Amino acid sequence: MYRYDQYDQEIVDARVEEFRDQARRRLAGEMTEDQFKPLRLMNGLYLQLHAYMLRVAVPYGTMSGKQMRMLGHIARKYDKGYGHFTTRQNIQYNWIKLEDAADILAELATVEMHAIQTSGNCIRNISSDQYAGAAADEIADPRPWAELLRQWSTFHPEFTYLPRKFKIAVIASAEDRAAMRLHDIGIELVKRDGKVGAKFFVGGGMGRTPMIAPEIKDFVPEEELISYAEACLRVYNRYGRRDNKYKARIKILVHEIGADEYRRQVEEEFAHMKTLGIDPPVAELARIRTYFADPAYETGLSDAVDRSDPDFALWLDQNVVTHKQPGYAIVNISLKPVGGIPGDASADQIELIADLTERYSLDEVRVTHAQNIVLPYVKKADLYALWQQLDEAGLGESNLNLITDMIACPGLDYCSLANARAIPVAQKIADRFADPARQRDLGELKLKISGCINACGHHHAGHIGILGVDRKGVENYQLLLGGSGAEDASIGTITGPGFGEDGVVDAIEKVTNLYVAERQEGERFLDTYRRLGMKPFKEAIYG
Amino acid sequence: MAEFLSFRTGEAAQEPAVTVEAFTGQTNATAVRIEPGEDARALLPHIDRLSLVEVNFPAFGDGRGYSAARILREAGYEGELRAVGDVLVDQLTAMRRCGFDAFKPNHPLDDAVVKTSLERYDDVYQKTIDGRPPVWAKRHPEKVNG
Repeated sequence: MYRYDQYDQEIVDARVEEFRDQARRRLAGEMTEDQFKPLRLMNGLYLQLHAYMLRVAVPYGTMSGKQMRMLGHIARKYDKGYGHFTTRQNIQYNWIKLEDAADILAELATVEMHAIQTSGNCIRNISSDQYAGAAADEIADPRPWAELLRQWSTFHPEFTYLPRKFKIAVIASAEDRAAMRLHDIGIELVKRDGKVGAKFFVGGGMGRTPMIAPEIKDFVPEEELISYAEACLRVYNRYGRRDNKYKARIKILVHEIGADEYRRQVEEEFAHMKTLGIDPPVAELARIRTYFADPAYETGLSDAVDRSDPDFALWLDQNVVTHKQPGYAIVNISLKPVGGIPGDASADQIELIADLTERYSLDEVRVTHAQNIVLPYVKKADLYALWQQLDEAGLGESNLNLITDMIACPGLDYCSLANARAIPVAQKIADRFADPARQRDLGELKLKISGCINACGHHHAGHIGILGVDRKGVENYQLLLGGSGAEDASIGTITGPGFGEDGVVDAIEKVTNLYVAERQEGERFLDTYRRLGMKPFKEAIYG
Repeated sequence: MAEFLSFRTGEAAQEPAVTVEAFTGQTNATAVRIEPGEDARALLPHIDRLSLVEVNFPAFGDGRGYSAARILREAGYEGELRAVGDVLVDQLTAMRRCGFDAFKPNHPLDDAVVKTSLERYDDVYQKTIDGRPPVWAKRHPEKVNG
């Protein structure tokens, strides 16, 4: 994985001191809260309902054991003993004091981590495929490209006050595990004439106006990547709407002027950008790529796994994924135990995962956009021992991609923007579908819950989505069906009138019952819904 | 406290800046003021006779002026490029990198904080028109011309 050189380290260290000075000026009253807000936001510090929330960047979701252990340390020392892994592959802490924030950043900097641009109207943490480097189906590791973009976007002087936040994802597999087309810029690495380049999709997003990004450029060679990205951003910075924050994302610009006109403007700017010499030499991407070379795999390992423990066998079938290297496997650690908070982990659990990362996964761990953890390099021979230790710590849930593997935003329990609680609804659904056999029978079912229209819980992209709204002071939950954040990306459709907290759980049971009754061989819930359409599901719910 | 900051040598331009519309319609004006929604490229045919471009920031969060500045510098404009309006001390570094070399903020800036801010970062990741070598150029001195 990537390691800082002296330049990266100096920049992150300087940022700590800059923030320390900004916080000091704020605490001394030299700055108003209005003036301080964009500064703290650009360092991931939000004022929430009860305290400050600090969001720490995990670039493209990749960390070492040492970095993971630091996250546990911060949870224990500065928070109430928990961290919350997010849909941007980051982690956030909900109980932070402003006075401590600079010290936390200083501790993070000792392990090459930061909170730079984890919020604010700037380019956010670059996300990627959690199986990058280990996936059997990728054409290249997308992370060197993501790292190149991370450096380019860090304190980009022109794009620090964009109309709105800006999210970029990079993937390199036909199977999209990063919701790439629901990003402001989604990049898919593709091969042409033996060379790897970037296919650009621009203008996707969720929020109150969900859009799937259209393809804007079929192939950008690596030596022009930065010029092209810069052209995309400049057109947006100049012409994105600033009169209404709900219409300020790039998706609205692309939608209003049309993909063809946006492409034309980008091409014009790109032609100009290419004359400026702003692209790093190809040697720079090559330098970064060396950090992502395959780890020192052992060869000649057996692929056999003893399945005699039935609980282990269930976990193996559900949470363990094919690796490109014989004798190895990709392990998913579910952070979705029934009754828990999706994405939450205790300091003890985080530290245990750090230990297991070092012991069993060649010192690398990943965060997924579905708020789970991945150990990408586990020897098959170690799987049983690993599972036993995970299970003992409450991390052995066998529910990857099943109905209880939900994405949920923090909702009204923490977030000052929320209209409704999301966590209690997630817990009620998990309780209703707690029976593991029933979950497995329902198969892949991506359920996503947002506590407000900003859609942090990705409800538009759920096979089943839930949107919490406030209806005359009462929490009300709308149900959506048919969304997908994968390579078959689609936006869910609202079933009809909303429900109370229990009513929405009943409605989910009705639609899943209909699926079980109507499914054909091999169909997932989403496939059956797409084949039958909304009508029968609506009748099942409201009829 | 500084009410006006300049990083240029010599006198600051004194002529009052006119609007873009007035400027493009006149033949003798040498100073112009760009508002956020205006196209900096409309000035490009006239940059030879310009000695001052003011870029107005009615609100610090409106970042269009950063693009306007770079566009002018990329086109070879060498006169004074002045950020005016709601300009905050923590924005100076990015503004300098985009080509601004003078500042007239609504509220005076603390000189000590200005100095610390501008000297904060020894290294930068991007190549802009400010001439600072980006980190990638330092990493690959043999590959980078100029």
